[in-house]
Amino acid sequence: MTNYDPAAPRRFLWLVFAFIILWPALLITQFNPLLFFESTNLQVLGNFLGQFFPPQTARDFLQILFKATLETLAIATAGITLALIIAIPLGLIISQSLSISRIGPANGHLLWWSMRYIARIIMMILRGVPEIVWALLLVRVFGLGVTAGVLAIAVTYGGMLGKVYSEILESSDTKSCRVLLQLGSGRIVAFFYGLLPGASQELASYTIYRWECALRASVVMGFVGAGGLGQLMDQSMKLLNGSEVSSILIVFLLLVLLADWLSYEVRRQLL
Amino acid sequence: MNTYPAEQFCIKCFTTILVIITCIVGSFVYLQMPLFEIFSAESLANLSTYVGRFFPADISSIFLKKIGIGIIETLAISAIGTLVASFFAILLALPAAGLFGSLAQQLVGFLLNFLRSVPELVWATLMVLTVGLGPFAGVLALALHTAGVLGRLFAQSIENSPTQIARSLELSGASSMNIFLYGLLPQISSQILSYSLYRWEMNIRMATILGFVGAGGLGQILFYELSLLHEAQACSVIIAMLLLVIGVDAISAKLRRVQSFSLA
Repeated sequence: MTNYDPAAPRRFLWLVFAFIILWPALLITQFNPLLFFESTNLQVLGNFLGQFFPPQTARDFLQILFKATLETLAIATAGITLALIIAIPLGLIISQSLSISRIGPANGHLLWWSMRYIARIIMMILRGVPEIVWALLLVRVFGLGVTAGVLAIAVTYGGMLGKVYSEILESSDTKSCRVLLQLGSGRIVAFFYGLLPGASQELASYTIYRWECALRASVVMGFVGAGGLGQLMDQSMKLLNGSEVSSILIVFLLLVLLADWLSYEVRRQLL
Repeated sequence: MNTYPAEQFCIKCFTTILVIITCIVGSFVYLQMPLFEIFSAESLANLSTYVGRFFPADISSIFLKKIGIGIIETLAISAIGTLVASFFAILLALPAAGLFGSLAQQLVGFLLNFLRSVPELVWATLMVLTVGLGPFAGVLALALHTAGVLGRLFAQSIENSPTQIARSLELSGASSMNIFLYGLLPQISSQILSYSLYRWEMNIRMATILGFVGAGGLGQILFYELSLLHEAQACSVIIAMLLLVIGVDAISAKLRRVQSFSLA
């Protein structure tokens, strides 16, 4: 009696059931942990990782690395700035709290409703396609380099920010805005005097958080040739130059930490 | 007429705004982005012919079948990757929660930090080098990154879970395995499940793009078709990605609503 667990049979059945469901998935993904421990494979990885120490510190390389780091920072900043240009109008269009037709019967109700709907669909497409796919597509138009990266961030984060802006505007205190609209003021004025004062801190805080995300994304986008640290890392990886990759990784980790800290500090001051 | 008293001049706000503007202008100057050329008539005309090549999307049944296989592969990569990750995350969370002394806690904490700081795509490149092209590399890449994320979250839930049951089992002489299985695991299992499902959702999105470095799934098809300048096919793949992401979003939002209802 001492070792009897009443729940054991049921648990065992669940395990078998889960395994039957997952078996095809294991086959599809060619799941084979042994591959990882094959001596030739381990040797390739071992050689590569062995070069990680010491990291590359040659003067020319550090200069290139410094340039790429600045480039990454600039891509994220410029990308978010352009994203704002997309996000602010779209966010204002779809925000329900600036809707006059919600207050009462208004002219052109159908027109505005359909405009909102179209704006929503545009934003869904912008943010639904991953930023690296946008980068891959834009690299083919603007060539390898930073332009594709900046525009990819602008497009994806424009869609994301727009949606979140409208949600923030709807969830913050909308009374004064509604009163302004009911008294017959224009939507832009109602936004500036009724909504913005209450929501500005949250809006700014979210924008800075997205800047931090854009920084991380801009490193990843380098892998398809959109400039910055990622492109440098991709080149070094293709040449199997472990010491360079390790320097780049260290800089990347420091950069992420810095962005984390900066965004935390600024947001703490704001809220 | 505005009758509010004017706000006092705030030097801190002013400098902050000035610094931000300087950073933005500096970025554009540093990148030397030809903003005006991008939006010139010629460039826009180029862009529209390029976009035009994507339409109409290829919806021949052969290609749709290929996309279907790609979607299944993407889902499988993300599911197995998340599963492997949560298994190792539980193992790593025990020392990370300080159950095996503070030295182990520090070491494992550092390992988890490292695992999750390296982006999935970098792990994928490394894994493609190790185990070759294919979906298995994607599974490993997702597993490594996600193990870092989940390990930290699981460690937090272990730290926050009440210890009375584990303690009483320990005092009555249960083995440490039994303490874990019957004292700890039931307390955190629902959190483990919800965190894992949440990461699975994110990993589905990630698995669609891991193929860019050769780690299988929809991304690999997209990269391949774009390299061959097959824009119509690429368009179908992008639409499939979009539908996959939107579908996953909708399902998870629905499930979350159901869950919050049943909790309330």
